[in-house]
Amino acid sequence: MPSGKEAALRARDKPASIGPDLNLNEYSRDSQEWSSCPLPNLPAAIIKRSSDVGTVPDEEERSATYFQIDHSVVFRAVQEMFEGKLEVLSTIEALRKYEWLKDYLWGLLQVDADKYTALTELKWDQGYFIRVLEGQKITLPLQSCLFISTENLNQNVHNVIIAEQDSEVQIITGCTVHSNVSRGLHVGVSEFYIKRNAKLTFTMVHDWAQNFDVRPRTAALIGDNATFISNYVCLKPVKSLQMYPVVYCKGVNSRVRFNSILYGSSDSYLDVGAKVVLQNDGTRGEMITRAVAKDNARIYTRGFLLGEHRNSRAHLECRGLLLSDNALIHAVPELVAKTEGTDLSHEAAVGKISQDQVQYLMARGFSEAEAEALIVRGFMDVTILGLPENLRGRMEKLVDTTAERAL
Amino acid sequence: MLEISGLSVEVEGKQVLDNVNLEVPKGEVHVLFGPNGSGKSSLIMSVLGFPAYQVVSGKVWFKGKDITHLPTNERVKLGISAGFQNPPAIRGVKLKDILRSLVSDSDQKDVKIRELAENINFPLEFLGRDMNFGFSGGEMKKSEILQVLAQDADFVMLDEPDSGVDVENLQLIGKVINKMLKGRSGLLITHLGYILHHIDADKAHVLLGGTIACSGSPSKILSQILNEGYGWCEKCPVAKKQLCEQEISQHP
Repeated sequence: MPSGKEAALRARDKPASIGPDLNLNEYSRDSQEWSSCPLPNLPAAIIKRSSDVGTVPDEEERSATYFQIDHSVVFRAVQEMFEGKLEVLSTIEALRKYEWLKDYLWGLLQVDADKYTALTELKWDQGYFIRVLEGQKITLPLQSCLFISTENLNQNVHNVIIAEQDSEVQIITGCTVHSNVSRGLHVGVSEFYIKRNAKLTFTMVHDWAQNFDVRPRTAALIGDNATFISNYVCLKPVKSLQMYPVVYCKGVNSRVRFNSILYGSSDSYLDVGAKVVLQNDGTRGEMITRAVAKDNARIYTRGFLLGEHRNSRAHLECRGLLLSDNALIHAVPELVAKTEGTDLSHEAAVGKISQDQVQYLMARGFSEAEAEALIVRGFMDVTILGLPENLRGRMEKLVDTTAERAL
Repeated sequence: MLEISGLSVEVEGKQVLDNVNLEVPKGEVHVLFGPNGSGKSSLIMSVLGFPAYQVVSGKVWFKGKDITHLPTNERVKLGISAGFQNPPAIRGVKLKDILRSLVSDSDQKDVKIRELAENINFPLEFLGRDMNFGFSGGEMKKSEILQVLAQDADFVMLDEPDSGVDVENLQLIGKVINKMLKGRSGLLITHLGYILHHIDADKAHVLLGGTIACSGSPSKILSQILNEGYGWCEKCPVAKKQLCEQEISQHP
């Protein structure tokens, strides 16, 4: 795609419209080549870190797996019982296999949107292609892991996810780094196509490092009667993370729900938002964010609801909890109605832990620290994610550990 | 069991209790009457040691120990429990999880909780809900009683367990509380006294303007209040004297 390359070259120094600007020359592009190997044979430290973000080495628990370390795909497979029902390939591999895929790549995002999309086009390091075939309901979650094992590495992935008509799938994606890695840059371009009557639940867990920068770029297109649920969980420190996925509810009765649980600590800078565009009759959008800020963390939660069609409705809800006087939570809800008959609403509440709640729990015998931890844990309520039992348990554990550590 | 001597308390610089003297001996249940704003709830909060309730003077003793400056949870560990009038809602904190931590029986926690809930006709589906979130008045009262039952403490304080409860449930709650208080000590706040039809109380006190105006037989005091309202207490020579003294001390 020479035209894409040209556009990318022109945009390679173009800062993003929001978030701290990064100097892309500060990161390294040199990584060792990883050969493919079965998941259980990966180094224990990698297995440990990746399972913390939901990638289990036991394939039995998952319908399919994609595992990438640095710039290499180390494992990708579909479990036997799901063969012929879904596909998992690296995007580069898939592009070789399917001529039609080029229409999907950069189909929803613009290559020259900013220097990060441009970087992904110019220095493309794999990423996954996931496709659930027509009519297939995948009963076990599909997992993918994007792992960085090299200090100060830049990893740019381009993912394409397609849920064909009448299909249904749960995807859990974990993005994390080796415990030896303290800095680097991950750019993830993801394009979702959820076709007629399909339902896709995508749960992404991030666990980066104190000096790590992250710039996901995501867009989704939802067809008639289709549903997209996008969950995002980020509980560990990161230097800067900025993302602002855009979802087009294009089909009649198409629905999207964004749920985010953010816990910012130390000097983390989190700028997490989403934009929902309601483009047809009966479209629905919902955005729920729970943000906790501790230490010197700064959290910006943005929500943009754009009503372009009659009989459409969307709501956004942001709750923020401040655990320190030096932390900051900035909620930016925006509602734009371009037609009558679109119903957009928002509610936002940001504040400190309520002393009434703390005292009430202390009257039940909890110490002050225990009471605060209970409140923080309750605040980061994973039931908002609407996950199946096995995934919910994992998320609950993650949140429990964070809440305990919080105070 | 509980002994309060000369207790004066301020909230944000405003006096809410003034030289309160009160003793609840072991095995006795006392009732606290008083008009709105007389300091009844403040007394409970002060016994619990909520930080907003600043002790200006006086002491609180529990089981012979000076607890005046102990943190709330330490007091609770000594055997104090309380059911609140308007407990806060806490999102994401499930009532069941709190109850689990309160029930002592380690093997059969859920069975025990279910049993307690069924006892007071508390809807079981509420156990899985966020604390006090979207609870009706009656459900909130029951949830408070349920937690107090689970705490199984030696000394129980209940702040208006009868307000906002319908007649049918009042009888049920009254019986459960009466049974719970058998062999324990307690301090019960009631504004209208309905619950006293079901509870055997040993002594009653009337709180007026942050101070104990009189003490005596629960049934006698209640019938006077029901007949004549708290105006009767205000006319009472004992109360009058104290109120006068108060006025004198405020305007020397």
